[in-house]
Amino acid sequence: MADEKKTVGTETVSDLNRRQFFAKLGLGSIGIAAAGTTVFAYQFLSPNVLYEPSPIINAGKPESFPMDSVTLDVNSGIYIIHSKEGFFSLSAVCTHLGCLTAWKPDLGIIACPCHGSKFKQDGDKIEGPAPKPLPWKRMWISEDGDLMVDRSTDIRSMQFVRV
Amino acid sequence: MAKTVDQYFDELRSTRVWRSVFRSGTGSSTLHRALAIQQNVFLHLFSTKVRKRMLSISATWYLGTLTLGTFLILVATGVLLMLYYHPSVPQAYADTKDLQFVVSSGLFLRNLHRWSAHAMVFLVFAHMFKVFYRGAYRPPREFNWVIGIVLLLITLLLSYTGYLLPWDQLAYWAITVGSNIASAVPVVGSKIHFLLLGGNAVNANALLRFYVLHCMILPVAAVFFIAIHFWRIRKDGGLYSHQSEPATLRARAARQEAR
Repeated sequence: MADEKKTVGTETVSDLNRRQFFAKLGLGSIGIAAAGTTVFAYQFLSPNVLYEPSPIINAGKPESFPMDSVTLDVNSGIYIIHSKEGFFSLSAVCTHLGCLTAWKPDLGIIACPCHGSKFKQDGDKIEGPAPKPLPWKRMWISEDGDLMVDRSTDIRSMQFVRV
Repeated sequence: MAKTVDQYFDELRSTRVWRSVFRSGTGSSTLHRALAIQQNVFLHLFSTKVRKRMLSISATWYLGTLTLGTFLILVATGVLLMLYYHPSVPQAYADTKDLQFVVSSGLFLRNLHRWSAHAMVFLVFAHMFKVFYRGAYRPPREFNWVIGIVLLLITLLLSYTGYLLPWDQLAYWAITVGSNIASAVPVVGSKIHFLLLGGNAVNANALLRFYVLHCMILPVAAVFFIAIHFWRIRKDGGLYSHQSEPATLRARAARQEAR
């Protein structure tokens, strides 16, 4: 009789363990499912194909940009600048909050209409709130002799393209 | 003997159909009135009894109720605007103009939606200040204050996502600037920006995402939290009234004992 009671006792303990086991199994499964859902949601929400314009721009023949000119391409958001040292391309997107800046020929500066940031012709910051200068974009001459700009690639400043 | 309106109403309330819909019975005792509130799926969120003093304008200025009113106007007008608005780049701006100049009552509905949106933001803040300066955020109501903050954020997000939908220059640059603020989050900022817009710039994907957020996800979230907000008023002992607070009552009892 005493042995039986003991068995009952251990059974009660093992019952509790089984409950704990299933609780842990359940929580674990929910945890794994939640982690999977997070990964799934992140992947689903990140588009794999973007129907955005190509980052590579054909700006046309170098001859169309006169010496000491700053030309804004509104659609691609870049400046093509022809200076004494050569050609270069600047991002026209303000480094503050992404507004499109404008070249002010009478002042010789690039200015942002949104919050008043000002930049020099080579992209250097004159005054904020922009935290950084306008980045230089990779520029090269294509086989056909056209000026090409890769908007997705920033380069160090003062790397001019000479024709 | 001509029957009074009340008698006709009592007769209506004793019909089988009425009784099958409303379970609280035919009487008009305090119990029946309380049951009418408690057994109604919409009203059961609220207290069955309210202190008469709390229904006066000075108690709340009705700011919470007015906020709910603007929200209901926004849902009603918003659903109607959805019938003429396509969230696509070639059509969005033209549809907005059509709503103003071509659709019957379109101008009225769009303006009502816009002014209600402004009013709702104003009322939410006014409600928050009123609650704050009355001290109604204090325990046991501190969790409902947190729910209120969530509702404030949802209101602002609803305003922000709705701002893009006319797809004009103002909308485009406002969302460009606003979404770039999200990029300022450390480490994951640019990822959040990319997920929010569904691309690298404000474009067709961003318009569609903001539309879904504005018309589906955020309103559903708002309804969910509004329900909790109202239910918590009842659970936390009704609207805050300084004279009836336990601490005030204890202090008064202590004063009387000292006398």
